[in-house]
Amino acid sequence: MEAVLDAAFFRRWLTRVTAVVEREATALTELDSAIGDADHGSNMRRGFDAASAAVDSEPPDTPGGVLTAVGRQLISKVGGASGPLYGTALRRAGRALGGEPRVSAEQLRDALGAAVDGVRDLGGAAVGDKTMLDALVPAVEAYGAALERGADLAGALDAAAAAARDGAEATIGLRARKGRASYLGERSVGHQDPGATSTSLLVAALADTAREAS
Amino acid sequence: MRDRLTSERPLVGVVLVSHSREVAASTAAMATGLVGKDPVAPIAAAGGTEDGGLGTSALAVLEAARQVDRGAGVVVLADLGSAVLTIKALLAEEDDLPERTVLADAPFVEGAVGALVTASAGAPLQAVVTAAEEAHQYRKV
Repeated sequence: MEAVLDAAFFRRWLTRVTAVVEREATALTELDSAIGDADHGSNMRRGFDAASAAVDSEPPDTPGGVLTAVGRQLISKVGGASGPLYGTALRRAGRALGGEPRVSAEQLRDALGAAVDGVRDLGGAAVGDKTMLDALVPAVEAYGAALERGADLAGALDAAAAAARDGAEATIGLRARKGRASYLGERSVGHQDPGATSTSLLVAALADTAREAS
Repeated sequence: MRDRLTSERPLVGVVLVSHSREVAASTAAMATGLVGKDPVAPIAAAGGTEDGGLGTSALAVLEAARQVDRGAGVVVLADLGSAVLTIKALLAEEDDLPERTVLADAPFVEGAVGALVTASAGAPLQAVVTAAEEAHQYRKV
C-alpha cells in the first residue's frame, strides 16, 4: 500500500530521525572535528530531542504543522549553524505544505524545493561549496525526476536517499567555501562534510518511513 | 540638561550576539565604558549557548532584543556563523523579534562601540545601523 503523507507520517519520520541522529551523533561530531568545531553531532541530537519532545507534547495535526514545529525547535535549540539552516529549511517546507491534513508526493516535491531555497537564501551557499546543499539539491532533483518517470512515493524517496548519500560522499573531494571549514582552504579537501552527511541521514529516514508504511 | 531632553525620546537598543558569553558581555561593557556619559542606550549581550558553551542561543537573542526594545528599534551585531544565521533566521521567519530589529553588517567590537555611542546620543535607528557599519571604514594600517 502506498504511504499516506499525513501528520502521522511526518511524526514517524521525526521519531526515526531522532533515533538516527542519536545513533550517529558521535560519527557526525568526528567528521566535524576534522574540518569544523566538533559539535555537529551533539548539536543535532539536542535539536531533534527538543523537536521530538515538543511535537509529542503538542502534536500538530497536519504535515505542515509538524515540519514547522520541528523547524522552530531546531532554530531555538541547536546552538550551531545547522540549527537556523535546518530550521529554516523545515519551516519553509512546512509553510509550503500549508494546512492540509494530507499532502501528495508532488506537494512534497515542492516543499523540498522550498527547503532548498530557504537554505540558499539564509546561508548564501551554492552546490559545490561543501555544505548540506551538496546532498540536499541532488536529493530533491532525484526525487522530482523519479516522480516524472512514474515512480511511487517510496521509490522516489529511495532515489532521493541514494542521491543524497552520493552527494554527501562526493563532498570529500570538495574544498569548503562556507563556514568554519572554509578557513582551512585546500586542507578541507579529503574530509566528508558533516552537514551534507546529516542531510543524507534525514533524507534516508524519509525514504525508510515511506518504505515501512508501504 | 541636554541629556535630559534627549532621554525623553526612546533610545535605539543594541544587542550583541557572540559565540562566547564572555566576548558578548565584555564587548557590551567596553562599549558602555566608551560611551562615557549618561544616558547610555540600552544594550544587552547574548553570548554562547544556553549551557554556557560556544555557539548561539536563539532564546537568549530574543530575550536580549526584548530587553533593549524601547520602541525606537533594535540594532543587532553578531560575530560569525551561527550567530549571524540565527538572527537572519529569526528575522526571515517573522518570529518574536521586536518590530524594527535590524542586523548590522558590521565588525563586532568596533561596530558595537559605534552603534552604542550613536544610539546613546539619541540618533534614530538608521543612523545607529550606519554608525555600526561605518566601522568597516576604520583602517588600522
